[in-house]
Amino acid sequence: MLTLNNVSLAYTNGRASVKALADINFQIERGKSYAIIGPSGCGKTSLIFLMMGLLPPTTGEILLDGEPLLKPHKDTALILQEYGLLPWKTVWENAALGLKLRKVAEEEINRILERVFEELELTECIDRYPSQLSGGQKQRVALARALSLKPKLLLMDEPLSALDALTRENLQEVILKLIKRYQMTSVLVTHSIEEAVYLGQKIVILSARPGRICAQIDNPEQGTDGYRKKTSYHEKCSEVRSLLEVYSQ
Amino acid sequence: MNSNMNKTLTYIAAALFLFVLWDILALILHNPALPRPIPAIIAFFQIFPQSLWRHFLISTYRVLVSLFIGLAIAVPLGLYLGREPKLDKWVSPQLYLTYPVPKIALLPVIFAVFKIGDLSKIILIVLIIFFQIIVTVRDAAQNIPANSVLSVLSLGATPKEIYRHVIIPGCLPEIFTAARISLGTAISILFFAESFAPFDGLGYFIFEAWSRVNYPEMFAGIIAISLQGFILFLILDFMQRRFCPWLYT
Repeated sequence: MLTLNNVSLAYTNGRASVKALADINFQIERGKSYAIIGPSGCGKTSLIFLMMGLLPPTTGEILLDGEPLLKPHKDTALILQEYGLLPWKTVWENAALGLKLRKVAEEEINRILERVFEELELTECIDRYPSQLSGGQKQRVALARALSLKPKLLLMDEPLSALDALTRENLQEVILKLIKRYQMTSVLVTHSIEEAVYLGQKIVILSARPGRICAQIDNPEQGTDGYRKKTSYHEKCSEVRSLLEVYSQ
Repeated sequence: MNSNMNKTLTYIAAALFLFVLWDILALILHNPALPRPIPAIIAFFQIFPQSLWRHFLISTYRVLVSLFIGLAIAVPLGLYLGREPKLDKWVSPQLYLTYPVPKIALLPVIFAVFKIGDLSKIILIVLIIFFQIIVTVRDAAQNIPANSVLSVLSLGATPKEIYRHVIIPGCLPEIFTAARISLGTAISILFFAESFAPFDGLGYFIFEAWSRVNYPEMFAGIIAISLQGFILFLILDFMQRRFCPWLYT
């Protein structure tokens, strides 16, 4: 679906050129869920922005279904750590924005959002502003905005890192369920080992800056019922942890 | 409703407090130039329907036109500068060099070139408030969180749509702040400029009464100009509540 060929990214900081990512060769296959994990500052967020088409790579190329990716594509949706909601729009207006920008008719927007809001249990919040929501609710609104666009590829940049433990686990379940129901391919960037193992069918480990792909681990049991309580889940977490310890030096 | 009542009560209490202070000051100074509040207010109500209302209206018209023109020029420029760092790098030094110049000193030049009419007064006010507005709005535009812009870009927004959905509403509270500051400035400058006016405006009215040593009339003029500031302030407040509802949740 999405292919990264020899991608590297450098940005200028004053006069110095800082390398954020190097030699990224990576294939995202349709229908799979990926989790990217690495030490902080390893360029995880930059990698997501590249995949979204928000940043051009310094070298290499990014192909979406064989076509060069030059700007955000309508089949891809992004969820950010700080939710990316606009404080001046109500929950409904925030969620409707993507559809509105695509010039979808009002009745159609209402029809789509009503269903998505019900699914995400947001119906009671529609007239509130983001400042009146809890962190978990805000992230649900961000999810609603993304899902309303029926994306084929869902990119998430540490979407749950600002939430408390229980809300976090609850939203992990929600995300898991939605990815299945909407049959999306997903890429999650996280610094939490547990989250990567719980949500990633394939776990990609990045090195410290400049970020390189050090390892890709298969996680075939991901998404099975009660995975969080299984021994295999904990074993996978230890495996990822030991690899991270090796590569984050 | 309750908080509205409370707010009204606070205003009434503040007004009473100021009246008491005024009365005490008038008693201490014991000078006909500073009458006690009750006779002054009675004089105001006698003079206002006779002649003062006309000066009140003409000054208000000048203030509003100046404020409108100042905002119409400086807000779009400020927004644009805030989002175009390269351009800002060139324009900022010019702004900082010209900002501290006391432009009120240009009054004789402006009067000489544009004659002593509405136009010269409006030009003078616009020239001064332009800088206050552009600097405030530019800073506000620079401080729009990158996350807000990126999340809307990821929905496929064009640069124009970014302005419409992110930059303009995000800067609106600061635009109102700039308008409030400029309103105070505009009234003061106009008062000064009108003192040179041959026949109308509150500044003219006050200075003319002063020259005739007609203190009650002079003070009625001072009450009128205060009232003008207060009413225009309330209107701006009301507009902010109407256009920035998310600030009042």
